[in-house]
Amino acid sequence: MHVLPCRNNITVSRSPVSFRVFRGAASVIAMGKIEWAMWANEQALASGLILLTGGIVGVAGQFRGWQFAAYAIAAGAFVCLLEYPRSKRTKGTSVERTGQYCFTVCVKSFGPLTRNYYVRAFLHAALSVPAGFLLATVLGCVCLGIASIIYLAAAIRGEHWEPILPKKEIARKPDDSMKNPPQNPPPRPPPETRRKRVDDLEGAGYDNPIPVGE
Amino acid sequence: MGNWIINHGLTSFILVVWMGINIFLFVWFYLFYDLGDDYYYTRHLLGSALAWARAPAAVLNFNCLLILLPVCRNLLSLLRGSFVCCGRTMRKQLDKNISFHKLVAYMIALMTAVHLIAHLLNVEWYNNSRRGVYDKLSTALSNLEDTDNTTYLNPIRKTDVDAQQTPTYLVFTTIAGLTGIIITLALILIITSSMEVIRRSYFEVFWYTHHLFVIFFIGLVFHGAGFIVRKQLTTDPPHNFTLCKDRIEEWGQIPECPLPKFGGGPAQTWWWVIGPMILYLCERLLRFIRNMQTVQYRKIVMHPSKVLEMQLVRHGFKMDVGQYIFLNCPAISQLEWHPFTMTSAPEEDFFSVHIRSAGDWTDRLIDIMQHLPEGAQGPKMGVDGPFGTASEDVFDYEVSMLVGAGIGITPFASILKSIWYKFKTSNPKLRTRKIYFYWLCRETHAFEWFADLLQVLEKEMEERGMGDFLTYKLYLTGWDQSHATHAWVHFDEETDVVTGLKQKTHYGRPVWDKEFEEVRQENPSSVVGTFLCGPAVLGKVLENKCAKFSDVDPRKTRFYFNKENF
Repeated sequence: MHVLPCRNNITVSRSPVSFRVFRGAASVIAMGKIEWAMWANEQALASGLILLTGGIVGVAGQFRGWQFAAYAIAAGAFVCLLEYPRSKRTKGTSVERTGQYCFTVCVKSFGPLTRNYYVRAFLHAALSVPAGFLLATVLGCVCLGIASIIYLAAAIRGEHWEPILPKKEIARKPDDSMKNPPQNPPPRPPPETRRKRVDDLEGAGYDNPIPVGE
Repeated sequence: MGNWIINHGLTSFILVVWMGINIFLFVWFYLFYDLGDDYYYTRHLLGSALAWARAPAAVLNFNCLLILLPVCRNLLSLLRGSFVCCGRTMRKQLDKNISFHKLVAYMIALMTAVHLIAHLLNVEWYNNSRRGVYDKLSTALSNLEDTDNTTYLNPIRKTDVDAQQTPTYLVFTTIAGLTGIIITLALILIITSSMEVIRRSYFEVFWYTHHLFVIFFIGLVFHGAGFIVRKQLTTDPPHNFTLCKDRIEEWGQIPECPLPKFGGGPAQTWWWVIGPMILYLCERLLRFIRNMQTVQYRKIVMHPSKVLEMQLVRHGFKMDVGQYIFLNCPAISQLEWHPFTMTSAPEEDFFSVHIRSAGDWTDRLIDIMQHLPEGAQGPKMGVDGPFGTASEDVFDYEVSMLVGAGIGITPFASILKSIWYKFKTSNPKLRTRKIYFYWLCRETHAFEWFADLLQVLEKEMEERGMGDFLTYKLYLTGWDQSHATHAWVHFDEETDVVTGLKQKTHYGRPVWDKEFEEVRQENPSSVVGTFLCGPAVLGKVLENKCAKFSDVDPRKTRFYFNKENF
């Protein structure tokens, strides 16, 4: 707030409290890395749609070699279904696509096949090959190829697909000891002294003769 | 309805004009290719797919012209400066630049899809006619070749390629085909990396991939240079298709029907995009020059809760309230520029930014500053700006409602400071009579520096007997029972327990209906500017409230909504 009279007076002032806070922040840097699989997923989904569109055009127009277009429809639809459920991010909030929950469950059921990004990279590379034989699906083929490369990069960096599932509410059960109402009327001594008193007659007088509750 | 026009009228008008031009271009070029006599023979081969390819191309030209303009931030700043005469409604439109950029991008994506599908059909139909699948006329037209006295119409010349692979061969061996594939790929990569989730979380991926636009524009300029879409040229004597289309055998034999000649239309795209491309180049050049200017550190302050304050000095730097700058730190990344709102007032002899740890870049900057020896200059810093946003207009309104949420209070630091200075010098520019300031945050801990500022301001105003000029309300949204109990216990004290300010902190979110009603009653005949720097959801709410509480009667209270862009 207060304008200092001297312009070149450079001061690096740190309060000791803030310095301690920052020691912790330095370790965060390594964590905020790029998750390439997120982009690969967007790219693959787009490729699926492009493949599907190209396939529909090829079949509808009865192009020469429309059988490849028919294949592209199937492959495009498959890629879309596989890629629709977005993976959970390793850090920060994960944003689901609209209504992806049931897709997540289906994709999750394939276990390591869908979890591993190496599998996806090779699957997409393989799926894209037949689409290269027809002009209508060439663009989809190249796009899927690029998605495959990005997935490969993600896999090499050790990323994997993780389902976004709603957090399970851990139902808190009351402890067993709480089931029965207290047997002794207050004031009560601490539990360890109470146990001893069962033996001696005087202490037994604290026990309630009539059961309370139910 | 009236309220709606006050707040959204011009925006909607601009969108209607833009959409109108798009529709006009589409229809005009569709009809041009669908009815034009020059294209009769071309249409005979291609059918309506010709018009379906050309109409989106025209719309694409127009939108590629527009797409670069909203991201020329220096140009927008210049325009804002020259629109001072035209009033704030006009200037406010310039704050929606990124929304417009996105809208134009959606249109480009849609039109690319239509253009692409139509051309897929075109290539297939050309291939069919070349191989004599259709009627005699199609085959005859396709057989025309480039010789001394004939020119081709069908671009498929080689027939010794496998019939199924001919379209692919054509596309990968012609300028138009190859550039088309490359720029479509560039566009797809740009789009997939601009999705909200990528842009917000992995800014670098978005930022670097977006630079494929260079390839996109180079490809776009050359895309039309292949002259593949061909029309009939006038010959001497003229070739009349109505007469000659059924006399193919006699072409070149009888004087009425000479062999028809064909040629490509001029490549038009570069006419459309060359202007914006030069403008954008100038923009980048200006940014580069600005980067070269040396920036001096005046003071580096570490605030608690991961907030770094940098006070900088650059020769010839002039700023206004609520403006932002782009910072580039070559020690972290040569190419990345990040926007920061300035927190200093124009009256001060330096400019400052408060940087909160929020990602890779900010974390590394803070880390570098941490390890600086006492009294040393910081790393080399490039500064581009300043760029203006709506809060410049704060002093133009008689009454201003300022709403800051979380880190969004930063521009208001500049405004409040500036008011403080203007008060001291009794600046006649200050039209404002009253300011309502709403500060919403989860925890005030990170903004202690701001509470300090408010405290000084409060004291100053009371000394001058202007206590009611600034009304501020603090809302703590992330509170729990212990906060409440704490406040309860200290209820009788004069200052607030959380901030140490005279105004007590509210717990929970503000009830906007109540707040707007209060402002309306206290200022029955004023123009109220509402300024928000915060999340988009809150923006929607406030925009609706502004419309709801505005009166169509110009003598009564009207609310105008302004939003900071990030």
